[in-house]
Amino acid sequence: MQETALFEYVLRLSDDSLILAQRLGEWCGHGPILEEDIALTNISLDLIGQAISLYDFAAELEGKGRNHDQLAYLRYENEYKNVLLVEQPNGDFAMTLLRQFFFDAFRLPLYEALMQSPVAQLAAIAAKSVKETRYHLKHSSEWVIRMGDGTEESHERAQAAIDHLWRYTSELFYEDTHDHTLQAAGQVPTMAAIQTKWNATVTSILQEATLEIPKNNWKFDGGREGRHSEHMGYLLSDLQYMQRAYPNMEW
Amino acid sequence: MVTAAEIRQYLQEVSDPEIPVLTIIDLGVVQQIYLQDQTWIVELTPTYSGCPAMQQIEVDLLAKLKEKGIPNAQVKHILSPAWTTDWISEEGRQKLRLYGIAPPVNEPDKTALFSEPPRVACPKCNSQNTRMVSLFGSTACKAHYQCNACQEPFDYFKCLK
Repeated sequence: MQETALFEYVLRLSDDSLILAQRLGEWCGHGPILEEDIALTNISLDLIGQAISLYDFAAELEGKGRNHDQLAYLRYENEYKNVLLVEQPNGDFAMTLLRQFFFDAFRLPLYEALMQSPVAQLAAIAAKSVKETRYHLKHSSEWVIRMGDGTEESHERAQAAIDHLWRYTSELFYEDTHDHTLQAAGQVPTMAAIQTKWNATVTSILQEATLEIPKNNWKFDGGREGRHSEHMGYLLSDLQYMQRAYPNMEW
Repeated sequence: MVTAAEIRQYLQEVSDPEIPVLTIIDLGVVQQIYLQDQTWIVELTPTYSGCPAMQQIEVDLLAKLKEKGIPNAQVKHILSPAWTTDWISEEGRQKLRLYGIAPPVNEPDKTALFSEPPRVACPKCNSQNTRMVSLFGSTACKAHYQCNACQEPFDYFKCLK
């Protein structure tokens, strides 16, 4: 039971990384300035690297002989367990950076906590990834402040992105029996602990950026159970195209 | 019978595909080398999780050992302890500078927002009067800088700790 729980847990981490990486990759060749084109694809690459390590570990836990490519490319939509936030379309630059900021502010404290996990491989992946994630959060935070406290238009766009994305943020802290099993065994942190840190980061950065947290508490979830938004199918058809067209292909 | 020390010596001839002046020993990605059931195991640790050079390094490393008469070596990828730029050798840092890439300097707290970017000397004219253009450069491990004194645009090997 604990192994099933750990498999699910690691799969969620991998899927979050992979799907967000796919979204960021869509900016390749379309960034507003060359430096940002390169930055977003660099971050995408870090996330793909993290996903590979996580999928390898998930495959090992599952013990069914699947490899990271099979987990990444050959599952159906309802088998992906990423949060809805990461599959949301890029929108404008503000939408992409706010989505990234909400995610980075969640991932950093999560990795920091997982570095202490007695599950050695999970702790090793977290220790490796935490260094990269610090750069990501610095980058997205600085942009949120620059846009929010920038021109009238950048402020409006950043606020519109927050107003739209806010409904997807509470799902980051979703927990179910798998989490509770691992928490009871002392292997992973509680999401309440992560949420406290996320709230602190988000509150201070948005305040600095002169942006407001929406009053509306309407919340969306379902991703962790495999129920996705309409955007997911389109994303997967792009992501999976090569493996579906040329089964078992390798570069 | 070949020894681990000799194998390490051979690996001085394997270069990083992205930064060919650096050997993989200079870069500090080679960890333990040991014999297990008649097979030499070479442990490699990635610089960044998604570094695409790691696969090429593995191919080049095995080809080099084969050339040296060790056909059945294996590469084992390890994540822990996580690689840090502190593992780049002094010789490696000197080679980077000569190649036009500023080697990593000790950076203050990376989490501080809008913090002063690290003071990096221009690898061409050695001026400290440089500025960071972007935190993300041509590869995951580099940031993009420009020298205000001689105008040279250059890569800076980011500090990763």
